[in-house]
Amino acid sequence: MNYSIKSFGFLFLVLLLVAGCGTDESRSVTAVSWGGSYGRAVNEGVNIPFTEESGIGVAVEDYNGGLAQIRAQVEIGEIHWDLVDLEIADAVRGCDEGLLERLDINQLSPSPDGTPAVEDFSEGSWTDCGIGTLYWSTVYAYNEENILSETKPSTMADFFDLDTFPGRRGMRRVPQINLEFALIADGVPLDQVYATMSTPEGLDRAFAKLDMIKEEVVWWEAGAQPPQMLADGEVIMSTAYNGRIFNAQVLEDQPFVIVWDGQLLAIGQLSIVAGTPRLDDALEYLKFASTAESLSRISNRISYSPARKSGASLVATHVTAGIEMEPHMPASPANTANALYYDWSWWADHQDEMNERFSAWLAQ
Amino acid sequence: MAGPIKLSDGPGYRAKLRALGLVAPLLIFIVVTFVAPLGTMLLRSVYDPVVADALPETLELLEDWDGIEPPPEAVYAVAAREVKRAETERTLGQVAGRINRVQGGLRSVITRTGRELREIEQGPWRESMTAIDSVWADLAIWYAIQTTGERFTARHYWNALDLQSLPDGSVVRQPEDRRIYLRLFWRTLMISGLITLLCLILGYPIAHLIACSKPSRANLLLILVLVPFWTSLLVRTTAWIVLLQTQGVLNEFLVTIGLLSDDGRLAMIYNMTGTIVAMTHVLLPFMVLPLYSVMNSIPLTQMDAAASLGATPLQAFLRVYWPQSLPGVGAGALLVFILAIGYYITPALVGGSDGQLISNMIAYHMQTSLNWGLAAALGGVLLMIILVLYAVYDRLLGVEKIGLGG
Repeated sequence: MNYSIKSFGFLFLVLLLVAGCGTDESRSVTAVSWGGSYGRAVNEGVNIPFTEESGIGVAVEDYNGGLAQIRAQVEIGEIHWDLVDLEIADAVRGCDEGLLERLDINQLSPSPDGTPAVEDFSEGSWTDCGIGTLYWSTVYAYNEENILSETKPSTMADFFDLDTFPGRRGMRRVPQINLEFALIADGVPLDQVYATMSTPEGLDRAFAKLDMIKEEVVWWEAGAQPPQMLADGEVIMSTAYNGRIFNAQVLEDQPFVIVWDGQLLAIGQLSIVAGTPRLDDALEYLKFASTAESLSRISNRISYSPARKSGASLVATHVTAGIEMEPHMPASPANTANALYYDWSWWADHQDEMNERFSAWLAQ
Repeated sequence: MAGPIKLSDGPGYRAKLRALGLVAPLLIFIVVTFVAPLGTMLLRSVYDPVVADALPETLELLEDWDGIEPPPEAVYAVAAREVKRAETERTLGQVAGRINRVQGGLRSVITRTGRELREIEQGPWRESMTAIDSVWADLAIWYAIQTTGERFTARHYWNALDLQSLPDGSVVRQPEDRRIYLRLFWRTLMISGLITLLCLILGYPIAHLIACSKPSRANLLLILVLVPFWTSLLVRTTAWIVLLQTQGVLNEFLVTIGLLSDDGRLAMIYNMTGTIVAMTHVLLPFMVLPLYSVMNSIPLTQMDAAASLGATPLQAFLRVYWPQSLPGVGAGALLVFILAIGYYITPALVGGSDGQLISNMIAYHMQTSLNWGLAAALGGVLLMIILVLYAVYDRLLGVEKIGLGG
């Protein structure tokens, strides 16, 4: 008798545990982002407040971009990523390939003053399967301590000028953005850059410009490398993501200076993986994460500009350092005087050829 | 080796079945985690049904096409219908991506055509498609559709060998500025060979020292070999960055003692030197451990015996010790070489522009360009190279001589 009561009690406990797991599982989404200081900003600015408000848990995973893992999950039909923070080119490609859910911008909440989402989001910041989150920029930066000359670099042309600023340069080991920078430095007007890249002569011109500094380039892969190389003096200037440089400037007191001239602006996208069993919760997260308040909470932690016009006014001072965020924002008027918007459709068409040509060029 | 297990073999039948049962977990594990993924990956390098499944009728009609003039209206009509269907089924992106690999620029043409055809119900199709993009009047896009429409294809292998097949069926080399893979294969083999040699030169004396030492000291030395082996690969690679970079420990030291001028600092990392140094260090334990385990079984008294018979130390080493240590050399060299050929994290981090290996390209096509067919073909070529080298090795030295001692 005693024995059966015990075993009944045990069974009850097991059932309770299973049931407990069950409810937890069904109210939790997995949001995949880029990790690092940006990942922390998203966690503090969006994930934690979302769980507090909705009771839905957020499991965070980091990744390094690309569609490979999403494609593998969708092909196998075993989806454990629900929301992914994507580059715009991947959001469009993933949409075309059926890897992402189609989204309707009209489902999103209006701005605090009631402007509908479709008017509040900046033009071109959303796609069929992705909602714009933050503008981020690829810029070049230098370490003030390592450039001893009177004049400091101030234009994109200076990055390619080895006579005035001798020393090694850091660049990302991919063709995109480097080709644009080369043409901007070579004097191509911003609105002509992609048209020039569409001609064989224009591409030759870009590679010829890159040839001028090739010997002095240190190629980087991960976004964390440029601030490190600048701090170590491995390079005197480097292309970099503006948020990483900001982090080093503000939180680590590094004497880095960003040159905004010729910066390349791109918009991040938040997408939902096609076929996720937690679609409703994922949509709820998407709505929460795309409000002006959520976006500006991220912007007050790392210098990326909200995709919503109403978000810009909510950006104030950094939550821990207390400094004004506006001068550091990639999309602020002062910094966009000479900025180029990244043309993802050009790259979607030419990525394969350009990568082959770039690899062949590197190996020469 | 016993013969293959036959289940109908009479008396030993039950015992063999039991033996099979014992092996089963491992067998299933190997099939599931190794044979099956490898097989599907290799299949992907020759089999690609995406375009053939999406545009079957278009491809059928294109078989009768002369290839000199743009195809007739009937082809456009069928193509328009199938592009529309692929658009609603959301497979058009994959189709466009594949066609784009044959000719860059077609991805956006095809996806845009799909979107704009949604609104169009009526022909003439040729007119409306060329109105969406004039490329539809060219021959090239139809060639590209034809090429990618083959279910079984060798084009990934051509691509992996820097070749391309032309519409007339001939195979020619890629234009100069797109030849990359052969050079990378060659570089990978050279660097792997060099690393193996360096590991042998560095590892042989260490292994010998450990094998000759008293047990307590040998243990300490072994731990010194194993500690880096247990340390994370990334930590070790990063440590080399700290040591070798321009403002790093080594350069700083050389400048301080006056061997280098401040402007003449050596570039020892973010290039091929960096890849070789870091990979040699990372792979060294794989050489030392097999060498040590073989040397441990060689009695040191034999060297004394050789000396007492009048051999110089060099003679004794060459004729007594070295031949007996050869199985360890073979095992270590093969292990290091094969690991080196597939390495990609270390070269990605410290390789700069000329220290990249073929595995970095495979990773790129797996993760970024999503061209899994080409990645599989590159992997297939690499596998072939290893098998050929293994066969040569077997012919020259004999695989059965490889040993781990004991």
